[in-house]
Amino acid sequence: MELNLLTFLYLVASVTFIVGLKMLSHPASARNGNRVAAIGMTLAILGTIFLYEEEGARLGNYGWIFGGILIGTVVGTLAAKRVKMTAMPEMVSLFNGMGGACAALISLVEFDHLAHLDPMMAGVLLMGGAANAVKGFLLIIVLGLIIGSVSFAGSIIAWGKLNGSIKDFSFKGQHIFNILLLAVIVALAAYLIVFLPANAVFIFYTIFFLSLLYGVFFVFPIGGADMPVVISLLNSFTGVAAACGGFLYDNKVMLTGGILVGAAGTLLTILMCKAMNRSLTNVLIGSFGGGSSSAVAAAGGAVGSHKEISLSDTAVLMSYASKVYIVPGYGLAVAQAQHACHELEKLLESKGVDVKYAIHPVAGRMPGHMNVLLAEADVPYEKLLEMEQANDEFSTTDVVLILGANDVVNPAAKSDPASPIYGMPILDVELAKHVIVNKRSMKPGYAGIENELFFRPKTSMLFGDAKKVLQELVAEIKNL
Amino acid sequence: MEQLLSWISVHQEILYIVILMIFVGIEVIGRVPSVLHTPLMSGANAIHGVVIIGAIIVMGKAASSNYLALILGFIAVIVGTLNVVGGFVVTDRMLEMFSKKKK
Repeated sequence: MELNLLTFLYLVASVTFIVGLKMLSHPASARNGNRVAAIGMTLAILGTIFLYEEEGARLGNYGWIFGGILIGTVVGTLAAKRVKMTAMPEMVSLFNGMGGACAALISLVEFDHLAHLDPMMAGVLLMGGAANAVKGFLLIIVLGLIIGSVSFAGSIIAWGKLNGSIKDFSFKGQHIFNILLLAVIVALAAYLIVFLPANAVFIFYTIFFLSLLYGVFFVFPIGGADMPVVISLLNSFTGVAAACGGFLYDNKVMLTGGILVGAAGTLLTILMCKAMNRSLTNVLIGSFGGGSSSAVAAAGGAVGSHKEISLSDTAVLMSYASKVYIVPGYGLAVAQAQHACHELEKLLESKGVDVKYAIHPVAGRMPGHMNVLLAEADVPYEKLLEMEQANDEFSTTDVVLILGANDVVNPAAKSDPASPIYGMPILDVELAKHVIVNKRSMKPGYAGIENELFFRPKTSMLFGDAKKVLQELVAEIKNL
Repeated sequence: MEQLLSWISVHQEILYIVILMIFVGIEVIGRVPSVLHTPLMSGANAIHGVVIIGAIIVMGKAASSNYLALILGFIAVIVGTLNVVGGFVVTDRMLEMFSKKKK
């Protein structure tokens, strides 16, 4: 009866995951979707604690279980409540790493159980028949270990890179080193599973260690511009690692949730790559900023002179325009300028200017980063236009104000085949009558390449921290 | 070959789930506007927190003398909970902003 109830709860939870994910993909139902999935998760967790049985025995160690859950809940809630909007992407990465660690730890414990059965296992093996079952079990444990560890180590590095505590790091031949490392891991795993050698424990821990190392070196050379893709990929890795647990315990809800996220995460990763017109292999093997020195040199030739514009000129230009587009980028997030930006937008609207935002799919550090940021400042949803819509509008736009965005408006993506971002769809801001670029300096953006746009005759530069400049601009317009 | 086929037939239920879920996952996400990419990734991140169930099982059946299993299992429960709770709360915070300006 109780086991049947548990099966039913797992079924309900699986359905809530699918429905939740579905609701999450529509703006109106998204928040409820998240709650639906959370309720399903709670049911599955409580059901497991109180109803799960294995060979007729209930689970024990309730103190440990509830203690762990309590600590995790308090720390998790506090961390998630306190994190700043700009730091959201790295928080997601960190939580993802926790999931990976959980999967790896499960594998460690299960292997330990298996290793203690060793003499018996060897006996069973000789019989032949059950050997495949043991090997299958071991395969899943090792798979969960490798994927979980890579996901954990990789997510921690991605977290460090996003919050700036870890710098890009690559050495010559790193790609070959990575491939070799992965090959060694796979070879060791195959050796362990097929031959079940006497030193199995040693090999198992070597695999664990090398997987962690691989996770580190996997993310290390990848530039910040590709970090969203990497986090999304690691997210789907953790999904697969969770699904391994589903295999291990013949647990349908773990399997459903894990594979669901694995598949959805992979698709999301591919969508992001497409938005940047790069293949996944390219992202994984080729490092963005690091290896493209030749392209930097090539693009460097285009450097000319740029012209600056004063605050008062900008204020006049914008308040007498009829249509203004704002292109936000990472600079806006860093400067925490979203509220100032919304203030400027409201002020201009009150003067009869039509103000909208053009959001590039990969602006910021994560897809949707800008949307979340502007939503925090209460910018209405309808004001945010996606790239295709915005590109249709630029030819009738008077002023485009670029706030801390760079690579997403770089014309080299269209004109220069040697550029590392060649082929990436960009916002065609040049179609507008005036382009005003707010940046802190002339330094190149995340991809490490020069932007010809800044030297075009239509473009004027407005240097300074986005928040400060916007506040001064608002004051200036009020004084007109 | 025969082994493989028998393995498939023994595990057919699980294999069906895997294959169907791959398609469901792709189908469900296919038409998401890029506005929701970050919350969606975060929500998916919370959902793969189901690993916590594995951690609870490991913890719950660990013998009280097996300190390795107890300690690793305990850490697994903590990090698994972090993934689940943190993931859902962060996603809710992101989406809260989307609904706020709706009115």
